[in-house]
Amino acid sequence: MMDKLAFYFEHKFVWYALATAVLIALCSSFLGVTLVLKRFSFIGDGLSHVAFGVMSVATVLKLSNQTMLVLPATILSAILLLRTGQNAKIKGDAAIAMISVGALAFGYMVMNVFAASANVSGDVCSTLFGSISILTLSDFDLILTIILSSIVVIVFVLFYNRIFAVTLDEAFSKATGLKTELFNLVIAVTTAIIIVLAMNLVGSLLISALVIFPALSSMRLFRSFKSVTVCSVILGVVCSFLGVMISIMAGTPVGSTIVAVQVIVFFAFWLTGAIAKKG
Amino acid sequence: MSLLTVKNLALGYDSHTIVDNINFAVDAGDYLCVVGENGSGKTTLMKTLLGLTGPMGGEIIASEGFNKKEIGYLPQQTLIQRDFPAAVREIVLSGCLSGMGARPFYNASDKAIAEKNMEKMGITHLANRSYRELSGGQQQRVLLARALCAAGRMLLMDEPVSGLDPKVTLEMYELIDNLNKEGMTVVMISHDISAAVKYANKILHIGGNVFFGSVDEFLASEAGKFLSGESVDKR
Repeated sequence: MMDKLAFYFEHKFVWYALATAVLIALCSSFLGVTLVLKRFSFIGDGLSHVAFGVMSVATVLKLSNQTMLVLPATILSAILLLRTGQNAKIKGDAAIAMISVGALAFGYMVMNVFAASANVSGDVCSTLFGSISILTLSDFDLILTIILSSIVVIVFVLFYNRIFAVTLDEAFSKATGLKTELFNLVIAVTTAIIIVLAMNLVGSLLISALVIFPALSSMRLFRSFKSVTVCSVILGVVCSFLGVMISIMAGTPVGSTIVAVQVIVFFAFWLTGAIAKKG
Repeated sequence: MSLLTVKNLALGYDSHTIVDNINFAVDAGDYLCVVGENGSGKTTLMKTLLGLTGPMGGEIIASEGFNKKEIGYLPQQTLIQRDFPAAVREIVLSGCLSGMGARPFYNASDKAIAEKNMEKMGITHLANRSYRELSGGQQQRVLLARALCAAGRMLLMDEPVSGLDPKVTLEMYELIDNLNKEGMTVVMISHDISAAVKYANKILHIGGNVFFGSVDEFLASEAGKFLSGESVDKR
């Protein structure tokens, strides 16, 4: 087994995949706590479908660098979605569902009508489940991931106390002079960045798992915001690391393996929490 | 000295006016109770005072040297989700954010303020407990401690005793009364006319007929007679 691992780790792309997986897991689990508590669990899903739609367009246009189109478009939709969440005619969950399904349908249609390659279902499948792209990361992808995830972590750490306050009680924060709109915007933009990054890793269908599972698992056991955040970051990183290793050893798809590990961890935490409560 | 002066204020939302022509002033050291039926605009008034919603008309004037950021706010309890993982100390500390400017982290003096206010509210022993595990009365004390961290001179409270049992309600009223005696200006929304009359020095009634004045004037007024039950038939 060690030989097999050693063999794989002679290849650069395996290191790239592992580094990206860990970095993305770090960011998404950081933000996941806030998103779950703000009842935005599905925003990851919605945004990733938008990203899928834009990516289809980029594929058809044969853009060499898709991220440069996908990232701004996704950030824009994130801002729009979180804006409408506050006082719109179409409420949060409906708006997310609408944009998400619409973009998904549009993306799939564009890919079919203007098929860029012979294997449309293969292309769609890999965008949805991220099965291949993680192993074909370029230097540019890795550098971009490192830069963007550092930005997310720095922003989160600097604004940690304010993000806590805004998540806990928006009315109180606003009443005492916090710029809640600004922090909602920060949350929206960082969410969009994470989604676009994570598409390479788990594909657009499974992104929500990266965001919500670490937070939900930690909330089974921990009771303070800080401990939940710390635990969720550790969980995210460990699960992604394990997922990548298992997928290398067993030849399973990377994205779904990571999510499977997270589901198992969730049940373990849930069980432990339930037992601890009784005992 | 009036900290806040409200002139001809009209309240409402979506271009629909609920109540207008509200005039009152909050002086330093006042204990003002805002009473009125459900839907009369009490909570909207509080939100307008805090700047959460804009007024439909009229104005709110803060006296010179009084910053609206010095107002602490105790929202209705339901605003915090029941399953939110947050330790008592974390919640109380977050009240200090308003005075922090651009500084990203709490410093020693913020922490000292939080400790002092937890002590005042008698919740120091709960500091590391989770908010969601506390009883209703304890939760209100936590939120009150947070409001005190933000409050320089004025405390706005929206139904601070709703959902509490009679014993805890009484404790809560005594706690607020003590704060007022220590010099904190209190503005409270209440359903409880008898408590309002007992503790407050001024009453603002909004709804059918707007009234503002001292407790004695209120008891002699139309609204006061109606609400304290002397002429129920009149409506």
